[in-house]
Amino acid sequence: MEAVLSQEKHAHAGGHAHGESFIRHYIFSTDHKMIAKQFMFTAIFFLFIGGAFALFIRWQLAYPGQPIPLIGQLLPSTWVNAQGAVTAEWYTQLLTMHGTIMIFAVIIPLLVGTFGNFAIPLMIGADDMAFPFLNMVSFWLFPLAGVIMMSGFLMEGGSAAAGWTGYPPLSAIASTGQTLWIVALFLIGFSSILGGVNYITTILNMRAPGMKMFDMPMTVWAVFITAIIITIGTPVLAAALSMLFMDNFLSTSFFVPAHLTVATRDMSRTAGGGQPLLWQHLFWFYSHPAVYIMILPGMGVVSDVLSTFSRKPLYGYKAMVYAIIAIAFLGIIVWGHHMFQSGMNPLLGTTFMVSTMVIAVPSAIKTFNWLGTMWRGKMEFTTPMLNAVAFVSMFVIGGLSGIFMASTPVDVFIHDTYFIVGHIHYVLFGGSLFAIFAGLHYWFPKMSGRMYDERLGKLHFWITFISFNATFFPMHILGIGGMMRRIYDPTVYDFLKPFQPMNEFITISAIVLGFAQFILVYNLAHSWFYGKKAKRNPWRANTLEWQAPSPPPHGNFDTELRVYRGPYEYSSPESVQDYLPQTVSPEELLAQRQRHEERLAQQEHAQPVA
Amino acid sequence: MSTLATTHTRFGTGIYHGKLGMWVFLASEIMFFSGFFGAFIVLRNLNIEVFTASAHMLDKTVATVNTAVLITSSLTMALAHLALERGEQGKFRLFLFITILCAFGFLGIKSFEYATKFGHHIYPWTNTFFATYFTMTGFHALHVIGGLIPMIWMLGKSLVKGYPQEMHHRVEALGLYWHFVDLVWIFLFPTLYLIF
Repeated sequence: MEAVLSQEKHAHAGGHAHGESFIRHYIFSTDHKMIAKQFMFTAIFFLFIGGAFALFIRWQLAYPGQPIPLIGQLLPSTWVNAQGAVTAEWYTQLLTMHGTIMIFAVIIPLLVGTFGNFAIPLMIGADDMAFPFLNMVSFWLFPLAGVIMMSGFLMEGGSAAAGWTGYPPLSAIASTGQTLWIVALFLIGFSSILGGVNYITTILNMRAPGMKMFDMPMTVWAVFITAIIITIGTPVLAAALSMLFMDNFLSTSFFVPAHLTVATRDMSRTAGGGQPLLWQHLFWFYSHPAVYIMILPGMGVVSDVLSTFSRKPLYGYKAMVYAIIAIAFLGIIVWGHHMFQSGMNPLLGTTFMVSTMVIAVPSAIKTFNWLGTMWRGKMEFTTPMLNAVAFVSMFVIGGLSGIFMASTPVDVFIHDTYFIVGHIHYVLFGGSLFAIFAGLHYWFPKMSGRMYDERLGKLHFWITFISFNATFFPMHILGIGGMMRRIYDPTVYDFLKPFQPMNEFITISAIVLGFAQFILVYNLAHSWFYGKKAKRNPWRANTLEWQAPSPPPHGNFDTELRVYRGPYEYSSPESVQDYLPQTVSPEELLAQRQRHEERLAQQEHAQPVA
Repeated sequence: MSTLATTHTRFGTGIYHGKLGMWVFLASEIMFFSGFFGAFIVLRNLNIEVFTASAHMLDKTVATVNTAVLITSSLTMALAHLALERGEQGKFRLFLFITILCAFGFLGIKSFEYATKFGHHIYPWTNTFFATYFTMTGFHALHVIGGLIPMIWMLGKSLVKGYPQEMHHRVEALGLYWHFVDLVWIFLFPTLYLIF
């Protein structure tokens, strides 16, 4: 059977290497590298949209009721008032869509879609994914969903406005925009599941000869575990979204309690008898693991980057793998900690509290192993390294503030305040996005075949790092001071008025943070065409992707690969160089050493003469 | 580059991509229906009288017939795969045809059930039981349709130029999916019709 299969696949794989049309190559491509780039461009586009939404939100919080500078007057009257200031209705839409876009259209597509697609086949030595066509479908569902979601802004009543968590009954009795939001998330979920199936199959089946599971780089491990979470968690969200769709579209009552009356909608057909809390359970059953979908691949990328630029083996490789598995498992059983204030049996609350706290153990294992990796290493502070180090430190801050929320008594006080906003941004921006920046710069030479501008890369890093902390750290203080999470105008409360200067400071920092991202785009776009040509292995790294040409052609590799060792043999005493690629055979290594010793002997021999 | 052997034929687990991918996909499908079953449990506990009264309005006889039809189709699907593996094109075509017939039969009977309910002015929004009933059976029916499309395509291909024997693994992967669809119904049938 194997032989027959191989024949058939041969015909398939050989058929589309060269001479493809523009459309097949750039648009409906089945090449994993092109799909990774498509994910990257689309997600960066959405990063700027989501970022613009955040700046509108910040403007309103710092200068409530004042017109948006420059463009306030140009925006449609359904969004801004006559003076050009954000209306309350648009504000709730903005914060809903900011959250949704950043999570589903930026972080997940960049970490899972871009790095997963780009790195998996290259790092395990395969020429493409197991299901290239499915991969293409998985990508194209994403912009389609993006268009559907954004079209909500053009509908009567605007886009979804029930928050990114979409809690019913508000979301169950809402406008057309909410229904579009549901459909879009369903499509993105389907895209994720197709990707997850593809990743798992590819990693299990298509590793290069000699590569055991424990020879895989951390990026591949992390994406593998992430793919498992995706296939387990996402369908539950799909089921919940289906029911929410039915509630909105057919007036069923999955999440609508009895005797609910609202002014904006005819409720005569709605029978009631539903349970709003049911949505929260189903939603968080996906969305808490989704937090790990958004951080685990980042942890993988950072592990690879830290080891490469510290010129040291990753400290505790197996412990790192088991820690990822432990985090993923625990991540699936702690969803209730989002619902401490929603009405929950206190005993159950304690259970969720304890299981949540336990996540600190594998997270600490990871953090200390990253520190151990850098300890006494020959650190090279390139842009990817700087971003990776920022990831570790910001992840620690985000992790520690997470412990506050995990303890039920403290959560009573800070729930739904700016403390949680600060926390989530330390994890998702300080964590995930810095890991994304690290990965984008790290693989840029492989992706484009050219080097980025190191000077601009560092400039972008430092501005982003400083303005990021200036933006999000004060939010913890605002939260402790009682500022509510989704408030439209903080000045309506006397007790929040003293915080107004801090709100202005945050907004100014956020504007700097937002505009600093143009440096990144300029650097990557300019270097893509005019950068210095990249060598095959500019970072002197061990993993398989650096054995391929830069950029890799269709089919990736030009040599037969065999893997002899793990991915982190840096500064190995066995090797004459400070790195030892996975593909160097023991015989070749021996020959290298012999050549090296001969050279040394010759030099010694030559010296007395001189 | 093109001189290298394709890596597409690497099967590290010993299971070919289609089958492995299908198993993973089915795992996610189980979680999809689990979401509905979870909702069913919660809503039933909240509205036990409504659920009991409404469930008795369903037609057990029709559903039993439908169960038999669907199980038969699972059997013929397995037989179709076996026939193709052995290279018996005629048998493959026959069994695949019966499977398709059963699938249409199932959908037909289901539509009849739906139509009867609508005739009695029972809709998804009538109460929480019928909301779950229509949603769960509706998504199940969508899965039946999802299986029918590749089946019809395979039958068409086999009628035109014979379905290639070496591609029997595709039929096997589709068979896995089809057994899963059958299995979901095996859970839905007692949950919705019998336990009340």
